[in-house]
Amino acid sequence: MYKYDSYDQQMVDARVEEFRDQARRRLEGKLTEDQFKPLRLMNGLYLQLHAYMLRVAIPYGTLDSRQMHALADIADKYDRGYGHFTTRQNIQYNWIKLEDAPDILADLAKVEMHAIQTSGNCIRNISSDHFAGAAADEVVDPRPYAELLRQWSSFHPEFSYLPRKFKIAVIASDTDRAAMRLHDIGIQIVEQDGELGAAFYVGGGMGRTPMIAPCINPFVPLDQLVTYAEACLRVYNRHGRRDNKYKARIKILVHEMGAEEYTRQVEAEFAHLLEQGVEPPFAELERIRTFFEDPLFEADLPAEIDRSDPDFALWVDRNTVAHKAEGYVSAVISLKPVGGIPGDATAEQMHLMADLARDYSFDELRVMHTQNIVLPHVRKADLHALWTALDQAGLGSPNLDTVEDIIACPGLDYCSLANARSIPVAQQISERFAANGKTEALGQLKLKISGCINACGHHHAGHIGILGVDKKGVENYQLLLGGSEAEDVSLAKITGPGFDEAGIVDAVETAADVYLRERQDGERFLDTYRRIGMTPFKEALYG
Amino acid sequence: MADFVSDTDTLIRYREDEPVDHAAVTVDSFLDQSNASAVRVEPGDDARELIPHLDRLALVEVNFPAFGDGRGYSSARLLREAGYKGELRAVGDVLVDQVAYMRRCGFDAFEPDAALNEEDLETALSRWPEVYQPAADSRTPIWAKRHA
Repeated sequence: MYKYDSYDQQMVDARVEEFRDQARRRLEGKLTEDQFKPLRLMNGLYLQLHAYMLRVAIPYGTLDSRQMHALADIADKYDRGYGHFTTRQNIQYNWIKLEDAPDILADLAKVEMHAIQTSGNCIRNISSDHFAGAAADEVVDPRPYAELLRQWSSFHPEFSYLPRKFKIAVIASDTDRAAMRLHDIGIQIVEQDGELGAAFYVGGGMGRTPMIAPCINPFVPLDQLVTYAEACLRVYNRHGRRDNKYKARIKILVHEMGAEEYTRQVEAEFAHLLEQGVEPPFAELERIRTFFEDPLFEADLPAEIDRSDPDFALWVDRNTVAHKAEGYVSAVISLKPVGGIPGDATAEQMHLMADLARDYSFDELRVMHTQNIVLPHVRKADLHALWTALDQAGLGSPNLDTVEDIIACPGLDYCSLANARSIPVAQQISERFAANGKTEALGQLKLKISGCINACGHHHAGHIGILGVDKKGVENYQLLLGGSEAEDVSLAKITGPGFDEAGIVDAVETAADVYLRERQDGERFLDTYRRIGMTPFKEALYG
Repeated sequence: MADFVSDTDTLIRYREDEPVDHAAVTVDSFLDQSNASAVRVEPGDDARELIPHLDRLALVEVNFPAFGDGRGYSSARLLREAGYKGELRAVGDVLVDQVAYMRRCGFDAFEPDAALNEEDLETALSRWPEVYQPAADSRTPIWAKRHA
């Protein structure tokens, strides 16, 4: 994985000192909260319902054991002994003191980490495929391109006061594990006639107006990648709406201007910028690529797994994924125990995951946008030992991509924007399905919960989505069906009137039962919904 | 080193030449008349309209009515990319925490609504030892140093 050189380290260190100075001026009253807000946000510091929340960047979700240990130490030292892994492949701490924030950033800088641009109207931490470098279906590891863009976008002088936040994802396979087309810019590295290039999808997003990004250029040569991104951003910075916060994302610009006109303007800006020398030399991409070379996979490893322990066999079936190297798998550590808070991990669990990564996965971990952790390169022969250690620590839930593997935003328990709580609904749903034993029969069923229309819990992209709203001072939950964030991307539709807290749990089970009744061979919930449509579900829910 | 022009106004210049002695006109007025040499670009103006006339401009003010409206950064960079060599002045809600990025985008003068603290300004402008990307200043990006 990528290692800082002295330049990268100097930049992160300078940022710590800058923020220390800004926090001091705020605490001395020299900066108003209005003036301080964009500065703290660009360092990942939010003011939430009860305390400051700090969001730490985990670029493209990749980290090593030393970094995971450091994240655990921060949870212990500055928070309440836990952290929350997010849908941006980052981690958040919910109980931070402003006075401590500069010291936390300094602790992070010691392990080549930071909170730069994890919030604010700037280019955010860049996300990627959590199986990058391990997946059998990728044309190339997408992370070097994400790293190239990370450096380009860090402290970008022109694009730090954009109309709104800006999220970029980079993938390199036809299977989309990063919700690429629901990003402001989604980039897919593709191969064409033996050459690699970048397909640019621009103007996707969730939030209150969900949009699927159209492809504006199917093949940007890799030695023009940064220049093309700069052109996309400049057109947005100049013409994106600033009159209404809710219409300020690039998806609205592309929608209102039309993808064709936006593309025309980007191409004109691109032609101009090609003369400006903004592209790093190809040697820089080559330099970055050397950090992402395969670890030394062993040859002739056994392909068979001893499945005599049924609990272990279930976990293997559910939570391990095919790897490009024979004898290896990628193993998913579920942060979705039944009745737990999706994405939360204690400091002890983080330390354990770090140690297991060191022992069993070439010292590497990944954060998934579904709020789980991946050990990307595990020998099949080590799986039983790994599972045993995870299971003892409450990390062995065999529920990847099942109805228990819920994405949920922090909701009204933490968030100042939320209208309703998300976490208790997630807890009750996972408890319901664990109790009624339907989880296994339901198979892949992606359930996503947001506590307000800002859609941090990706409800638009859930096979089943839940949106919490405020109905005359009472929490109310709308049910949505048919969304997908994957390569078969689609936006979920609302079934009808909403439900109260108990009612939404029943409604999810009712929808699941319709699927179990109607499904044909091999169909997932989503496939059945797409075949039979909304009507049978509505009849069961409201009939 | 900044040239603090006087005690009373807030103008700071990083240029050796004399400031223009008349007020800036709007972009529309400038395009309609030929004798003005100072123009003020508002966030919604298209700075590219000035490009055919750069040779008769000595001062371009870029207004920041609110510091969070970042269109002026693009306006500045576009003008420098087009070869504009005259004064490029950020005016309005210009705060010390934005000036380093403004310098990178080609601004060489600031006239903030509220005077900047000189010490904070020097700290802000000397903050960054390196830069990751080329812009409208002369700084060498990290990637160029890595592959020098």
